[in-house]
Amino acid sequence: MNAREEILRRLGDTEADPAAYAAIPRPYLRRHHDGDVVELFAERAADYRAEVRRVAGADLPGVLGELRGRYVAPDGLPEAWTAGVDVVRDDPPVSIADLDALDGVITGCAVAIAETGTVVLDHGPGQGRRALTLVPDHHVVVVESARIAADVPEAVERLSPDRPLTFISGPSATSDIELSRVEGVHGPRRLTIVITD
Amino acid sequence: MSTDQRAAGAARMPTYVGMPAFPEAARDAVRDTRLRRNLTHATTTIRAKRAAAVSELADWAELRETAKRIKDHTIEHLGHYLRLLEEQVTARGGIVHWARDAAEANRVVADLIKATGETDVVKVKSMATQEIGLNEALAAEGIRAHETDLAELIVQLGHDRPSHILVPAIHRGRAEIRDIFRREMPGAPDDLTDEPARLAEAAREHLRERFLKAKVAVSGVNFAVAETGSLVVVESEGNGRMCLTLPETLISVMGIEKVVPSWQDLEVFLQLLPRSSTAERMNPYTSVWSGATEGQTFHLVLVDNGRTATRDDEVGRQALRCIRCSACLNVCPVYQRAGGHAYGSPYPGPIGAILSPQLRGAGSPVDDSLPYASTLCGACYEVCPVAIDIPEVLVHLRSRAVHGRAEKAAMRFAAWTLRSPTRLAFGQRLAGTAGRMLGRRGGIRRLPGPLTRWTDTRDAPVPATETFREWWEKRS
Repeated sequence: MNAREEILRRLGDTEADPAAYAAIPRPYLRRHHDGDVVELFAERAADYRAEVRRVAGADLPGVLGELRGRYVAPDGLPEAWTAGVDVVRDDPPVSIADLDALDGVITGCAVAIAETGTVVLDHGPGQGRRALTLVPDHHVVVVESARIAADVPEAVERLSPDRPLTFISGPSATSDIELSRVEGVHGPRRLTIVITD
Repeated sequence: MSTDQRAAGAARMPTYVGMPAFPEAARDAVRDTRLRRNLTHATTTIRAKRAAAVSELADWAELRETAKRIKDHTIEHLGHYLRLLEEQVTARGGIVHWARDAAEANRVVADLIKATGETDVVKVKSMATQEIGLNEALAAEGIRAHETDLAELIVQLGHDRPSHILVPAIHRGRAEIRDIFRREMPGAPDDLTDEPARLAEAAREHLRERFLKAKVAVSGVNFAVAETGSLVVVESEGNGRMCLTLPETLISVMGIEKVVPSWQDLEVFLQLLPRSSTAERMNPYTSVWSGATEGQTFHLVLVDNGRTATRDDEVGRQALRCIRCSACLNVCPVYQRAGGHAYGSPYPGPIGAILSPQLRGAGSPVDDSLPYASTLCGACYEVCPVAIDIPEVLVHLRSRAVHGRAEKAAMRFAAWTLRSPTRLAFGQRLAGTAGRMLGRRGGIRRLPGPLTRWTDTRDAPVPATETFREWWEKRS
């Protein structure tokens, strides 16, 4: 008997009853805060040492234009946003070594979560393949306010399991030294969140 | 215990070589004042933070109850959900492997790595691979596994063993970490201080090149969604993302109990896990992928290693709900004093005391002693985000533990004495006399003969010089 058969045999290998699963009660809250999700998101993201800016859509290119250095931009990121930035388009794909030499990356996001101050990338248009937002040391992410979900359940509902997803809450950090949080390990050490309408 | 059972235990999870029973191991740890200081500092810090993070959610009890029910349902129908997971991962281009025990899992992973022609792999911290002793097994095949999680790196560079589920180097203070880095990390800056930010930066520099060049990575899995074939890895530093994203081949090793039925279940666990483990509203990074992603070759290794046997025990199976948050370690008075090494397995603390003996299923001295490594105070149950009643399982495992011949004889003798009032009265008078001879200052430090085992770890009270009956007769 091979390993698969034997493990399944040990488990008795029965069909689960979908009704039994559906009957599991879910009495928890769908959201913990009513009211302005944008304000809450800005506050919570800042709690994890992300640099948070709120700008009107028309001012976005100006604010991004303040970035100094060379940034990579994924396919599908509106060109108007980065008109004032020294950007490299990821087309053809930039090598990992070259990504490491750049100053940062500018992307959009799929969803944001107000309660936890999280941005979620699904690596679709405007967000790029996963390495793009991992290797450069500064990640600038533009969050359109309509993308902000109030809480985790709403975000999970909006996201598609068919896409690879990256949940990002603040710059990379560790709690491995004496269980205290320190920012800045392997992922981007700087996270800038620009909230726009 | 038969030789076969022992061999099966050894194939599952290695007991650390020469590991003594918990009381002996703990005795040395308790005497180590630096260890106790480090542990007390770290656990009390995180305890207060966790309480704050949990109290933010008014529905914590409901989330916890739902998580418990989801896990119980999944464990009940584990075969069904594993087949579904396999089907979905395969449909999305992943390759699924099954392993009955640690030896088989290690064989599968080693063969997959060898097939790539690589001799170095990067690793994301994973309890499953600790449990099966993967690094040691790979080393025996000439493959170097480089741990990339900061705490795992500290343990690996220090030629040490992990002592905590979440923070394997919790027994090390910042000054010790600096010394280990200076001594063992090639290229560590000479002026390295013990500032945590500087230490984190040194780790970044040390691993950067390795990440960017790695061809094969090995990871664990926090959750696997059966209906969508999605794998979830929850982490902080970005070393996880580096390993999951950059290499051409990704091999993820998961215990079969990590599966959850549906995508929606993540909304429960992604709220419970970060707040319970690092006391954060959300951990810095969570990666989710379904099957082969962005051109990568993806292997998923499903490991039993004692889980099906654990599941067969109606009381003990609740240990399989564990999501490895480590909250129970941080609140445990025994863990805080004895430290993680005394538990003799990668799973220390209260959860380790019920998980290791069940997974290993074989009676090494340390496993037999683990169900007793607790005061049954219940703090672990209270903080557990999936409501594992650890004290209940401990008591259950105690009743299952092998009792020595002398202990059985003593119990039979006690029963014989208690059955007859005459025998009991005689016994009490005898004890009173013995008490007057042995007792000093209210306690007996050392009992004679085989009874020394009782007084090895505690004082025995002096028997009363007068029985209750004698006292009652005098009064009336």
